[in-house]
Amino acid sequence: MYRELSVQQKMWLTFRRNRPALIGAVVTILIIMIAIFAPCIAPHDPLIQDPAIRLEGMTPDHRLGTDDFGRDVLSRIIYGSRISLVIGLASVLLGMVVGTIVGMIAGYYRGKVETLIMRGVDVMMCFPDLILAIVITAVLGANLVNLVITLGLVMVPRFARLAHGQLLSLTESEYVLAARSIGFHVPRILGRHIFPNIFGELFVAATLWVGVAIRLEANLAFVGLGIAPPTPTWGNMIREGVDVMISAPWISIYSGLAILITILAFNMLGDGLRDIADPRLRGI
Amino acid sequence: MPVPHLGEMLPKKSMDNTDKYLIEVADLKTHFAVRKGMLRRVAGWVKAVDGVSFRIGRGKTLGLVGESGCGKTTVGRTILRLISATAGQVTFDGSDVFRLPGSAMRRMRRDMQLVFQDPYGSLNPRMTVDNIVGEALTVHEGVRGRKRRDRVVSLLEKVGLAAHHAGRYPHEFSGGQRQRIGIARALALGPKFIVCDEPVSALDVSIQSQIINLLQDLQDELGLTYLFIAHDLAVVEHISDHVAVMYLGRIVEYTDRDELYANPLHPYTRALMSAIPRPEPQRRHERIVLHGEVPSPSNPPSGCPFHPRCPIAQERCSREVQHLEQKGQGKEHLVACWKATGGQGAHCADAHDVV
Repeated sequence: MYRELSVQQKMWLTFRRNRPALIGAVVTILIIMIAIFAPCIAPHDPLIQDPAIRLEGMTPDHRLGTDDFGRDVLSRIIYGSRISLVIGLASVLLGMVVGTIVGMIAGYYRGKVETLIMRGVDVMMCFPDLILAIVITAVLGANLVNLVITLGLVMVPRFARLAHGQLLSLTESEYVLAARSIGFHVPRILGRHIFPNIFGELFVAATLWVGVAIRLEANLAFVGLGIAPPTPTWGNMIREGVDVMISAPWISIYSGLAILITILAFNMLGDGLRDIADPRLRGI
Repeated sequence: MPVPHLGEMLPKKSMDNTDKYLIEVADLKTHFAVRKGMLRRVAGWVKAVDGVSFRIGRGKTLGLVGESGCGKTTVGRTILRLISATAGQVTFDGSDVFRLPGSAMRRMRRDMQLVFQDPYGSLNPRMTVDNIVGEALTVHEGVRGRKRRDRVVSLLEKVGLAAHHAGRYPHEFSGGQRQRIGIARALALGPKFIVCDEPVSALDVSIQSQIINLLQDLQDELGLTYLFIAHDLAVVEHISDHVAVMYLGRIVEYTDRDELYANPLHPYTRALMSAIPRPEPQRRHERIVLHGEVPSPSNPPSGCPFHPRCPIAQERCSREVQHLEQKGQGKEHLVACWKATGGQGAHCADAHDVV
């Protein structure tokens, strides 16, 4: 018997058919769970040093080996996920909110407002992400909140560009004209009529850029501007691992793998979500 | 010699006119700046609408006809203040539309609505029909929940759709159905005036008449006034009370429907008229073929804008602009052409390209 499916059901059916998206979702949830329940999962305290077992390879007690100070690599990776995820998600969220609003305003009003905003964005885009991040961190100082603000600011021009480009065509579209002719206020038009049409693009970009933010945090940690040791982050673990790359390559490799898996999971999830966000693609 | 312009020929606004005419447009101009170079200097102007005047009686339909690019869509959008006018005045129901402050304009928008040409681009793909039609009710009247749903359903039924369509998205509908949704949206706030911007041009011929009939039924039922924009005289013939023919930003001929179809005077109108397919193949009719394209409104020809394509153009036409003048016998029949005369059919037949 045929029966109307609800929007949620259609979304779920479309999503379920997309295997990579499903894998991405499962892995992402897994990583988030690991971050939340780190104290319960980690076999050791990530900060306790034991010079007697430094740079050990895999042993039954230390499944991913130990680092230069004899700390358990697995536990440090598990705890490191907290910082990496918080920074990755929070900074992208910050950049998305600010960048999208700024970009949408520029794209909707055009003219002088647009010139002012978009040329400012161009100036920010001129600097490589890392240079920009280093400059801002140097000014603000390195702690968790400042790192989120720093990487958020790095993300702002990317989102502004993306939102602005989308707005250029959508502002001219007839359904936006229809909304204007009905007499809706600009915030409603931007928020209710235009934003849902660009959210898919923004969200997919956001999942990609969570990876970029996590990587940038690692880069900053690598040049010593990240979260200060001994707090473990994937970035500063790679940094520490490089010093002993020849004798104990697993430290860098495992923390790098953690970053790789996380970024990949977010990307796969993002692709799947884009598909279900568009009512035309969930045609079941 | 100063030539009287239609804007000046119209009687000044009075109570009597406000009662009789819902909307009066006087000497409307919409020019777009063409900007060039690094400093975005104004390099020229596109005169999309260049001095258009007309008025529409309550409950009546004015057909506005012209080729693509003649500015007819811009006229509709400028009247609704979706594009800002360069000059001119629009009086709607006694108030000057261009001088209304923001909040009053927002209230005014409830009375004047727009139906679009493209049934695919004019509905937000991310919104359900319920939201597309009902959002205005929430915003303007604070109607929510069950009450709103009931109003939306009655609007959908009014345009020939059913209650179960409310939860669907636009892509689930055909072109004709989508156009009905667009009409329901325009009707939601109970407007007095609707600009129909080529509402059937994008539809199958079999669907066109359905939509036109729907618009006519709604007009009868709700006492609506239409500005009906089209590029095709055949469609307009059916629905209009008066017809204005536009060419390159100006009205070149204006009269009532019966007069226009019986006695077209402007050579451009005659050319358009000869392009209407006739269902009697045995009856030979002259086909006037216009050569060339519509000139660019950023660089219009001197004198009469139609003269480069006009089959009866004289040397004088390239020098002087002829404004609208009363040419008909008895009825109001305004034509912007030197050679057009009020005589029935006797004139300018010699110049037709007979195909």
